[in-house]
Amino acid sequence: MLRNILIALVILVMGYMFYNTYSNYETRTELAGISQHFAAQGADEVGAANLVTAIVVTYRGFDTLGEVTILFLTASIIAFFLKLKDDDFEGKIDHRETSELLVTASQILIPIIFLFGIYVFMNGHLTPGGGFQGGAIIATGVALMILANPNVKINYHVIHWVESVSGVSFVIIGILGIVLAGGFLDNKIFGEDSLGEFGTLFSAGAIPIIYSFVGLKVGAEISNILNKYQKSQKEA
Amino acid sequence: MEYMDLGHISLLIGFLLILVGFWGVLTQKNIIKIIVGFTILNTGINILMVSLGYVKGKTAPIIDNAVAQTGNHDVSASVVDPVPQALVLTAIVIGFGVTALMLAYAMKLYKAKKTLEINKFNDLKW
Repeated sequence: MLRNILIALVILVMGYMFYNTYSNYETRTELAGISQHFAAQGADEVGAANLVTAIVVTYRGFDTLGEVTILFLTASIIAFFLKLKDDDFEGKIDHRETSELLVTASQILIPIIFLFGIYVFMNGHLTPGGGFQGGAIIATGVALMILANPNVKINYHVIHWVESVSGVSFVIIGILGIVLAGGFLDNKIFGEDSLGEFGTLFSAGAIPIIYSFVGLKVGAEISNILNKYQKSQKEA
Repeated sequence: MEYMDLGHISLLIGFLLILVGFWGVLTQKNIIKIIVGFTILNTGINILMVSLGYVKGKTAPIIDNAVAQTGNHDVSASVVDPVPQALVLTAIVIGFGVTALMLAYAMKLYKAKKTLEINKFNDLKW
């Protein structure tokens, strides 16, 4: 009883604070500070049609590198925590029979889902999308694969290779930015004036390349996590 | 109401989702439901951050022919703030990582006691 009253009190106090913030809030009518600069100069300086991508990959590229590292850390901690042994790979999951509908639909849908994921991360600088979203879409395909057949063998060697190679490539392109352009993760590695025609696929310098590597890495990383969950269900 | 523009609506939804998620975390007994509470809380905070970047009557910060622009693709007069959106992208990924970790812990806890009731895990209670 006391517990419920305390919980209600906490929620009420939070709600009251939120109400005050809400009633005093006024929607902004113009951009200010750094946002003003990004909106005015971003397309000119970076060449990406999607300003959010310009910020994520170039202006705050170092932060994105940290983000990818956090995902890697999550996958590592899960692998450590679930304590998977080699004989876990041999076991079988005892499961209910999957429905005909799911199995047939997954065979048609999985290639399309992968293709869509690749489209999303390659066009991250032009459309709402990008490496993280595209990678998540690819991982959805892997999740569907596991749902359709819980005992499916996922080639985790390929996943590990894709993950490592794309992670290293991301850093190498960042270092190329130091050598060929203004600094770490600068996108003008093909020269100051060769950002490409604005709004086309091959534009914005290194952004499509970096975001493709991010997409592959995130897709591999999430597939890796799903694979670990799947294996931990197996009975040795 | 006069002041219910998009910024206020999304702010309100964000605050409500935060309260719902917080309530779920505090009251639920099942570990999976607590994790669902955390993800709702997370979504609420993300919506809140995006809504703080909303500028009245402006469009998404993606430059194409439909967006009014001056000079060399200068869209500062016609788009919303892109910085909170970039921040939220980061926050979503962190949220994903935290959720994945919580689910792994939940699996491990279930294996240990064959139950997901949080009250049964009282080994550290005295």
